[in-house]
Amino acid sequence: MKLLIFFGLVLLIIAVHQLMRVIELSREFKKTKEWQVSDSDNAFNGKLMLTVGVLFLGLLLWQIDRWQDNSLPSAASVHGLKIDSLWNINMWIITIASILTNGVLFYFAYRYSGRKANKATFIAHDNRLEMAWTIVPAVVLAGIIIFGLKYWNEITDRSSDPNKITIELYAKQFDWTARYAGKDKVLGQTDYRQISGSNDVGMDTLDAAGNDDVIIKNEFHIPKNREIEFKMRSRDVIHSAYMPHFRAQMNCVPGMVTEFRFTPNKTTAEMRKDPYVIQLMAGINEARKLQNKEAVEFDYILLCNKICGSSHFNMQMTIIVDTEKDYNDWIAKQKAVKTLAAKL
Amino acid sequence: MANAHSENITEHAGHHDHVHDHEEHHESLVSKYVFSMDHKMISRQFLITAIIMAVIAMTMSIIFRMQLAWPGEKFGFINAMLGDKWGKDGILDPNMYLGLVTIHGTIMVFFVLTGGLSGTFANLLIPYQVGARDMASGFLNMLSYWFFFLSSVIMLSSLFIDDGPASGGWTIYPPLSALPEAMSGSKLGMTLWLISMTLFVVSSLLGGINYIVTILNLRTKGMKMTRMPLTVWAMLITAILGVLSFPVLVSCVVLLICDRSLGTSFYLSDIYIGGRPLDNVGGSPVLFEHLFWFLGHPEVYIVLLPALGISSEVISTNSRKPIFGYRAMIGSMLAIGFLSFIVWGHHMFLTGMNPFLGSVFVFTTLLIAIPSAVKAFNYITTLWKGNIQYTPAMLFSIGLVSSFVTGGVTGIILADSTLDINVHDTYFVVAHFHIVMGLSAIFGMFAGVYHWFPKMFLRMMNKKLGYLHFWLTFVCAYGVFFPMHFLGLAGVPRRYYTNSNFPMFDNLVDINEIVTVFAILGALAQVVFLFNFFYSIFRGEKAPQNPWNSNTLEWTTPMANIHGNWPGPLPVVHRWAYDYSKPGAERDFIPQTVPLADGEHDGGGH
Repeated sequence: MKLLIFFGLVLLIIAVHQLMRVIELSREFKKTKEWQVSDSDNAFNGKLMLTVGVLFLGLLLWQIDRWQDNSLPSAASVHGLKIDSLWNINMWIITIASILTNGVLFYFAYRYSGRKANKATFIAHDNRLEMAWTIVPAVVLAGIIIFGLKYWNEITDRSSDPNKITIELYAKQFDWTARYAGKDKVLGQTDYRQISGSNDVGMDTLDAAGNDDVIIKNEFHIPKNREIEFKMRSRDVIHSAYMPHFRAQMNCVPGMVTEFRFTPNKTTAEMRKDPYVIQLMAGINEARKLQNKEAVEFDYILLCNKICGSSHFNMQMTIIVDTEKDYNDWIAKQKAVKTLAAKL
Repeated sequence: MANAHSENITEHAGHHDHVHDHEEHHESLVSKYVFSMDHKMISRQFLITAIIMAVIAMTMSIIFRMQLAWPGEKFGFINAMLGDKWGKDGILDPNMYLGLVTIHGTIMVFFVLTGGLSGTFANLLIPYQVGARDMASGFLNMLSYWFFFLSSVIMLSSLFIDDGPASGGWTIYPPLSALPEAMSGSKLGMTLWLISMTLFVVSSLLGGINYIVTILNLRTKGMKMTRMPLTVWAMLITAILGVLSFPVLVSCVVLLICDRSLGTSFYLSDIYIGGRPLDNVGGSPVLFEHLFWFLGHPEVYIVLLPALGISSEVISTNSRKPIFGYRAMIGSMLAIGFLSFIVWGHHMFLTGMNPFLGSVFVFTTLLIAIPSAVKAFNYITTLWKGNIQYTPAMLFSIGLVSSFVTGGVTGIILADSTLDINVHDTYFVVAHFHIVMGLSAIFGMFAGVYHWFPKMFLRMMNKKLGYLHFWLTFVCAYGVFFPMHFLGLAGVPRRYYTNSNFPMFDNLVDINEIVTVFAILGALAQVVFLFNFFYSIFRGEKAPQNPWNSNTLEWTTPMANIHGNWPGPLPVVHRWAYDYSKPGAERDFIPQTVPLADGEHDGGGH
C-alpha cells in the first residue's frame, strides 16, 4: 500500500513537471505575459469581490439568525441584565458599522475594477471627509465609554450590603470548593502552610471565626434576590471563576483574595421554565441523543476559564439558585467546620 | 542640513560597496548564502524561515482543530504526526493539546508575524525605498537573522523532548509556567521556551535598531520624512515599538527564570503544590501580567503595522491613485503607536487588578479605535474612483481591509470592561484577535510576497495560482474564525481540550465541525501558495524592471541582486511616492526620481 502511494506520488510529480514544461514552452510564444493583469482579470475579480462580499454579509446575518439561539440565556443576575442591554446596543452599533464598511469596501472593489481605457481620479485628501470620520467614531465611542464605565463602576462597587452572603470560591488543580462564612458572616482566616488531607482549604485553626464556616463540594446553593459576595482564592496556579449565566468572572490568584459580587434574580427552577431555556435545552438534548448521552436539565455552572493544566477542560461545579426559604433549609442542614477544627 | 549630512554617509557606503563589487568572484558560498550581510539576502532568509515556521504552526492548528471537532475520534494523521507518545491510537493527548496551542500561538505571533513579517519586509524595503546602499550595519543585520534562526531551532527542538514543549499558553502566566509540579510542559520545555524567546528578543532589537538608524540617517538626497512611502513609516514605528517594549519582555522572562531556578519569589506566593507548601512568599502573578502585556499589547501593533504599511503601498499602486490622506495615515500610525503603550491593562480587567485602573484602560483602549477607523476609511476612499488592477497582492490587501474592519469592531466590545466580563477568555476573544491581528497581518504578508517577489527573486509568481490561493484562503479564513464568535456567545472557554464535559456545549458540535472543515481546506489552499512560491523562485517568468508601474525607488534598481543596490550614484528624490494618475502627466505613474515640472506641487497638491 505504502509502495503504491509512493509510486503514485512519483507519477504525480512527473506529471506536474511535464505540465509545467508545456506551460513554460508555450509562454514564449504569447504576446502578453502570464503575470500581466488584463481587463478580463479585473472584471472577473471585481465580480467575485461583489459576490463574495454579498455572500459574506448574507452568511453573517444567517449565522446571527441561526446560531444566536445557541447563546447563553438572558442574564440571571441583576447587574447581568444591565450588561445584556449594553451588550445589545453595542452589538447593534458594531454590526451595522461592520456591514456598512465591508459593504462599501466590496462594492468599490467591484465598481472600480480597472479597465485599460479608464483612468483613476487624482484625489489625495479631503479635510472635511477626514474630519467627519474622525469625529463620528469619536462621538460614538464617547457614548460607549460613558455607559461602559458607569456600569463597570456599579458592578465593581465595594460598598457593603449588610444582608449579603459571603462565599469563598477556592480553586485548585482541578476542582472547586465553596466555603460559606456561616452565622458570624466572617470567613475564618487561612494559612496555606496548614493545608493537609483533613484541612483541604488551609483554614487557620487558631482563628475562631472559622468555626462556623461551611465547606461545600460538588454543588453549592445560593438564594435568589440576596447579594452574594464571592471571595476567590487559589491554592496553586491562576484559575478563573467563570459563571457565564450570571455574567460573572474573576481570576483566582495565588497569594491574593479577589472578589466579585452579584445578586441572582432567577432560581434554577424558574430558569428551567423559561421559554428560551426550554428551547435551548431541547436543542442540547437533541444533540446529546445523537452522541448517545442521556438527557439533562438546565443547571447553572461554575467553570474554570484560565488555563490551569492538563484537566483544565473539566474543572466545574454546579450552582443551584434557591428561593430564600429553600436556601435557609439547605444551609441549616450543612455541617459547620467546627468539628473539623476541634479535631485539629 | 540633515539631508546633506546623510548624503555623505551614503556616498561613503557607496564607495565601500563598489570595492566589494570587484571582489564578487571571490565571494564564497558561505558568505553569499549563509552569513550574508546583504539586506536582500537576509530578507530572503527571514522569509523562507518564516514560511517553514508557518507551515509547522498551521499543521499544529489542524491537529488540535481535529480534536475539537471530533473529540475522542481516532485519526491516523494525528498518530503519524505525533507518534505513540502524544497521539496514541490517533487520539491527541490532553497535555500535548495544550503544548500545541501554546507553540502554535508563540510561532505565529513571534516567529511568523514579528520576525518573519518585519524581518522580511523591513530588510528588503527600507534600504530600497529610502535609497540606501544597505542597512546601517550589515553585521548587526546578519546577527539579527542568526539569532532568529537559533531561537527558531531551540523553539522547535522543545517539541521533541520527553516532557513535551511549553504548554501554559503563549502568555505563559506563572505560577503554571514557573512550577514543574504544575504541568509537565513547565519542565524542560518551558526552559527552552524562555531561552528561545530571549534570543528572539536579541534578534528583534538588533534588527529594530538597524531599521531606525537606517531610516533616520541613510535617506537619499531629497527623501524627506514626508516623502517616504508608508511602508517605511510603518516599519519605522514598528521598530520603535519593538525597541521600547521587547526589553520589558526580557526583564519579565529573567524574573521568571529566577523564580524557576534560583528560588526567588517575584511571581510566587502562598502556593501549595505537589503535596507540600512552597517557601515563596510575597510575589504576585499580577506583576508578571503587567510586564508581559507591556510588551504584549504593543506586540499586536508590531504585528499589524508592517502589514498596514504594505497594504497602503499595494492599494495605492494598484488603484492607480494616491493613498488617500497620506499625512492622516502617518498621524494615525503615530497615534496607534503611542496609544499602544498605555492600553496593556485591557488584558487584565479580571485579574484582580484595581477596577479603577481598569476604567483608565477602557478609556485609552477605546481611543485606539479612532485612528484605526481613520485608516480603514482612508483605504476604502483610496479605492473610490480608482482603476483597480487585480494583482494577487491587491486581492490580499483588500482582504486585509475587510478583516481589519470585521475583527476591529469586536475589539470595541472587548475593550469595554463591563462587556468583557462575560466573554473574556472565551472563543469570542479567539475570533477577535485571529481576525483582526492574525488574518490582517498574514494577508498583508501575502500581499507583500506577491508584490515584491519580482524584487526578491527576479522572477514573477503565477497570477492564476495567486488568484486561486487568495479566494480559497479568504473564504476559508472567514469560515474558520467568524463562527467562533458564536461559540463565545455560548460561553465556551478557550484552551479546552474538549467541550464534551459540559452539557451546555453539546449543541455546538456542528459549529466546531464547520470550523475544522474550513481550517483543513484553508490549510490545503496554502499548498497552492507553497508550490507557486518555490516553483517561481526557480522557473517563474523573468521579471521586468517595474512590473506594477510603481513609483517607489526599489523599482529603479536593475533586476539583479547587486551589492549597493544602484550600480551608479544613488537616485535623487524629487516627489512623494503617490503620484498616480496625476492630471497632465503622460503616464499614470510618476516615479519619485522624476523632477517636479514647472508649477507642479509635491504631495498631492494641484
